Amino acid sequence: MTGIGLTHYLTLAAILFTIGVFGIFLNRKNVIIILMSIELMLLAVNINLVAFSAFLGDLVGQVFALLVLTVAAGEAAIGLAILVVYFRNRGGIAVEDVSQMKG
Amino acid sequence: MFNDIGLILPELVLFLGAMGLLMLGAFSSKDATRTVDFGAIILLLVAAVLSLTQSQNGYATAFNGAFVVDGFAALMKALTFVATAIAILMSRDFMAREKLARFEFSVLLVLAATGMGMMISANDLIALYMGIELQSLALYVVAAINRDSLRSTESGLKYFVLGALSSGLLLYGASLIYGFSGSIEFAEIAKAFQPVDGQLPIAMTIGLVFLIAGLAFKISAVPFHMWTPDVYEGAPTAVTAFFAAAPKLAGMAIFLRVMLTAFPDAIIAWQQIIIFVSFASMLLGAFAAIGQQNIKRLMAYSSIGHMGFALVGFAAGTQDGVSGVILYMTLYAIMTLGTFACILSMRREGGMVERIDNLAGLSQTRPFMAACLAIMMFSLAGIPPMAGFFGKLFVFRAAIDAGLYGLSILGVLSSVVGAYYYLRIVKIMYIDAPSEDDYQPMPRELSIMAGVMAGFALLFFVYPAPLIELSNGAAAALLNGAGTDVVTGLLSRP
Repeated sequence: MTGIGLTHYLTLAAILFTIGVFGIFLNRKNVIIILMSIELMLLAVNINLVAFSAFLGDLVGQVFALLVLTVAAGEAAIGLAILVVYFRNRGGIAVEDVSQMKG
Repeated sequence: MFNDIGLILPELVLFLGAMGLLMLGAFSSKDATRTVDFGAIILLLVAAVLSLTQSQNGYATAFNGAFVVDGFAALMKALTFVATAIAILMSRDFMAREKLARFEFSVLLVLAATGMGMMISANDLIALYMGIELQSLALYVVAAINRDSLRSTESGLKYFVLGALSSGLLLYGASLIYGFSGSIEFAEIAKAFQPVDGQLPIAMTIGLVFLIAGLAFKISAVPFHMWTPDVYEGAPTAVTAFFAAAPKLAGMAIFLRVMLTAFPDAIIAWQQIIIFVSFASMLLGAFAAIGQQNIKRLMAYSSIGHMGFALVGFAAGTQDGVSGVILYMTLYAIMTLGTFACILSMRREGGMVERIDNLAGLSQTRPFMAACLAIMMFSLAGIPPMAGFFGKLFVFRAAIDAGLYGLSILGVLSSVVGAYYYLRIVKIMYIDAPSEDDYQPMPRELSIMAGVMAGFALLFFVYPAPLIELSNGAAAALLNGAGTDVVTGLLSRP
């Protein structure tokens, strides 16, 4: 029987990362979905880091993954705070409305 | 342990100072904005002096090699901190008049400067990511600091979304690089990233490309520039002035350090990418700025173009090239801050104006401001004998020496195109008829800053040696890893 190897993890991470990137660019509805896509990208990176860490027998990757988790939490907090002040000014968070400046 | 603390002293001073200022602002019974602003400026200047004195230690690492202090880091940190201090000084009048004067602004700028210092000194992937995030998180908030303005919050939102995307790309690249090299330390990565048969293995190239994408975003190089015009236009002008100078210096510094210390042998892989990015940035900066009516938006395209010119020296990958980039970035920061000192003075009875047409006839109504802005425009266009010309001269000379003839020729041509929109501003100021309503007088700090920067740009050619010497020393420190002492080396020069 074939076990789950490094390749499987890397493929999963690559797929999740791609979904995250496309979620940012193709989504036309809601800025919250963009925030979720960003989290998805960071989690894909974490899968990569932990998989490499286990494969290499090196703890540094897991330390890195913990740091990424922490920073992702801070980033989400700041993103939501900016989103709230934006909502107060605009009265909505549709992606199409974020277009005061063009050119 | 104490040695480690000594090495991060500039960042430590900034960080603890920022916390102290935050407490002061929060618990002070009356408005503490003025105290906090000047406290922040003093902190930044102290940190700049501390980091320059550190270059006497030569090359040293702290925290198991996560943090490096050398002549390059010392010089770039000092420049970044001073640029931040100048940005705070220039912001005071603007923020007070726009009713944005809050002590948090200076505290956030000090925190951003801490992040910039940490990222310039980063010596492994974790430190790199931490520094970049510490800087970026503060910058997102600063962009949206005018929380009652739709444009400011929108620029903050855009900056946040695209900044987070770029951090994601950078991290994905970092995770692949970690996986394929087995280490996060730049020196270990350099050993693993060796070309095989004149080519880098494809998996390594993918990681490298993602990392470059994330870093190119931070210096707003094409094709990762799309946030720049919107953020520059939407953010309050004082914030734009800061964005245009310090984060660009720090971003370029870490870009140089990552590529030259972690991937020195993989130059065949990244040189092509840098050449493309440089070429595209110069062209976009030259052509997209032509139709702009808003001067902040024009400065955004101008900064994209200037990043392209700086990358010309980077693409050479030689010591002369790196030295040229450092010199270019220093002169660019000075020119940009001087230009923004003038833009921050574009205030009429009813408030700030931002259209280029509003500058018509400025030479008759405000001759000093017009003269300063004209010198800055000539310098940004790279017309001799202004400072901007020497920046371009050094990067193009390094590129020619490295055999990059095509890139150099295209660079000079796009510089000619770019001169059009800089000179158009001079024409509007000096030839067009003035409109009826007059500008208000320049605030004192801004006129001093504009005067000093314009004087520097104008008279740089008289005695350019110290700055060139400093850049050479810093470039040697970065490339040789040797403890080149940029400061005392300069002082002991015959």
